[in-house]
Amino acid sequence: MKFRTLLAAATALAMMSPVVAEAKTQITWWHAMTGANSEVVNKLTKDFNASQSDYEVVPVFKGTYAETLNAGIAAFRAGQAPDIIQVFDVGTGVMMNAEGAIKPVADVLSDAGYKFDKSQYIPGVVAYYSKPDGTMLSFPYNSSSPILYYNKDIFQKAGLDVNNPPKTWDEVWADAKKIKSSGAAECGYTSTWLTWIHLENFAAWNDVPYGTNQNGLAGKDVKLEINAPIYVNHFQAIADLAKDGTFKYGGRTSEAKQIFLAGTCGIMTESSGGIGDVVKAGMNFGVGTLPYDSSSKNAPQNTIPGGASLWVFAGKSDAEYKGVAAFFNYLSNTDVQVYLHETSGYIPITLAAYEAAKKSGFYEKNPGRETPILEMTGKQPTDNSKGVRLVNLPQVRDIENEEFEKMLAGKQDAKQALDNAVERGNAAIQQAIGQ
Amino acid sequence: MTPRATFPHKFLPYLLLAPQLAITLVFFYWPASQAVRQSLFREDPFGLRSTFVGLANFKHVLSQPNYINSLEVTVVFSVLTTLISMGAALLLAVMAEKVVRGRGLYRTLMIWPYAVAPAIAGMLWLFMFNPSFGTLAFPLRWLGLNWDPLLNSGQAMVLLIAAAAWKQVSYNFLFFVAGLQSIPKSLLEAASIDGAGEARRFWTITFPLLAPTTFFLLVVNSVYALFDTFGIIDAVTGGGPGRATETLVYKVYKDGFVNLILGDSAAESVILMAIVIALTAVQFRYIERKVHYG
Repeated sequence: MKFRTLLAAATALAMMSPVVAEAKTQITWWHAMTGANSEVVNKLTKDFNASQSDYEVVPVFKGTYAETLNAGIAAFRAGQAPDIIQVFDVGTGVMMNAEGAIKPVADVLSDAGYKFDKSQYIPGVVAYYSKPDGTMLSFPYNSSSPILYYNKDIFQKAGLDVNNPPKTWDEVWADAKKIKSSGAAECGYTSTWLTWIHLENFAAWNDVPYGTNQNGLAGKDVKLEINAPIYVNHFQAIADLAKDGTFKYGGRTSEAKQIFLAGTCGIMTESSGGIGDVVKAGMNFGVGTLPYDSSSKNAPQNTIPGGASLWVFAGKSDAEYKGVAAFFNYLSNTDVQVYLHETSGYIPITLAAYEAAKKSGFYEKNPGRETPILEMTGKQPTDNSKGVRLVNLPQVRDIENEEFEKMLAGKQDAKQALDNAVERGNAAIQQAIGQ
Repeated sequence: MTPRATFPHKFLPYLLLAPQLAITLVFFYWPASQAVRQSLFREDPFGLRSTFVGLANFKHVLSQPNYINSLEVTVVFSVLTTLISMGAALLLAVMAEKVVRGRGLYRTLMIWPYAVAPAIAGMLWLFMFNPSFGTLAFPLRWLGLNWDPLLNSGQAMVLLIAAAAWKQVSYNFLFFVAGLQSIPKSLLEAASIDGAGEARRFWTITFPLLAPTTFFLLVVNSVYALFDTFGIIDAVTGGGPGRATETLVYKVYKDGFVNLILGDSAAESVILMAIVIALTAVQFRYIERKVHYG
């Protein structure tokens, strides 16, 4: 009964969202952006609303990525869905499985008379959000890639080369130990999003499979393969570092950023989208590419996009869809994309914006900002590196996180943790696709 | 024995009851019946396809080791939260009786935390005890304690119970103060004259006479610990580390809203409903008998 109460509460909230129905058609956009990135959302919508007089986009913050997705689902079931919802990368499989609840972005744009030219967009990003037949389902809003951040002051104190961030995981472990033992900082290394960075991207970047069926891109029936030796060795190294505090765990999502920003840890792996907060904190930091496993032959391969995309709900009026299309068209403008890219650290989604940022000398002035783009576009993706798509990836990530936490608390070793994750994850996938 | 009241009107009583009945129907019977219905179906998150599966959801839920785990977590969490918050409140209420000057101010301050929403209370405790930026985490570590509720499940549970109990102390305090005031002073004075010490007076007079209040609070606090602590758990631990602080209610939320397995989640909530109905029945049937209503 609690569960129904929650549903009712979510619906009530949905109905309370401000209604300013004048002549303008109102477009609601539920998002999950916080900090520097929420300011970007507000500025973009304000600028769009000022640029024309037919539509008004109203951004509504709905909590974390997972909370936003759940609020959207609850609202859809209650017939109160917003027009646009921001869904994180892992929710992609959930949304793709919900034909009938959503309207493909490609249709939204073409119905409104906009020409959607795929070749104008960065290929890896668009492909990730498209159906196998190439129809783009959602609009990539904020795409990011995991990168390495390091605190230059701590590097200096520890006697490390401030201009030479670690390139492989072995180097990260060595540098982290040095930071800890030299007393330059309380902890050497931390990481946000262990599942996204150390499993999904680890697989792509080192060109090893995450699961069968091309990690789920070729079919829903996936068997996880994350207990292969390369993963076990990697996580055992982390577990060993965690014993004396050389590695410090922050939490399941981006909490570890706080530890890094507080100067507690010298090195962090985090989404490139987190750069806005690091800049804001005024830290003397440097950026490097995501480390790779030196035992892998093809590494570094390419990373897979994280971040989120904008989905359009089905069953809205034509006027609303026109407004949504106009807004997406606005977001594709080179100026808007350049602004989005330069302030937030997310990757521009059009090639024109990338070129413009290059031409303006942005990357020379801000070394490291090109890193996520190069990581993602450097090599032609293989079957292991196109992405991970499971209908219940949020649940599988939860299972993985639970096992990692037990491992980091010293209750089990890496082999046991990953074996458990595979076994429980596979059972959950079978249950989810058995519907 | 009780005098039977008779009312001349036939419909008036129903009319007067109507608002309460309507609220119960809309906020309890309807959602509860929906949950029962949902628990017999498998459905995709968006409600586009659904199939009748009978009791398969219940079977699946009860066969999960995680469900047994969250049952244990719930028992530990609820019992400790109830005991600690009631014990602390009783102690404070008895002490408050002794305060001569500024009693009003003292009581007001005691009642304050009740105005704090569970989620906010959770955030408060999180900010104080977060291992990376918590103000009180530093002194703990300075004392040589390896404070890390993010990974240490025992510490996570302690933090959670402390936050949940703290939040409920004010409510219990309020009722205990009221209960204490209704105890006739003459009884206590007579006992004093007979030479009963403070502890003896408390255990032989005050505590038994407080029984109705204590019983009422026991029911309210168990329900609070079972259900209303969702916000605190969500804010402080999110059920982790691992599943060390995942109570039954939190699991209902996790399975329904994060993992999007609506059938399992509904089955869990139906089981939870049965547990609460049973618990309340037991409390009223067996414990209430021993309660002496002055």
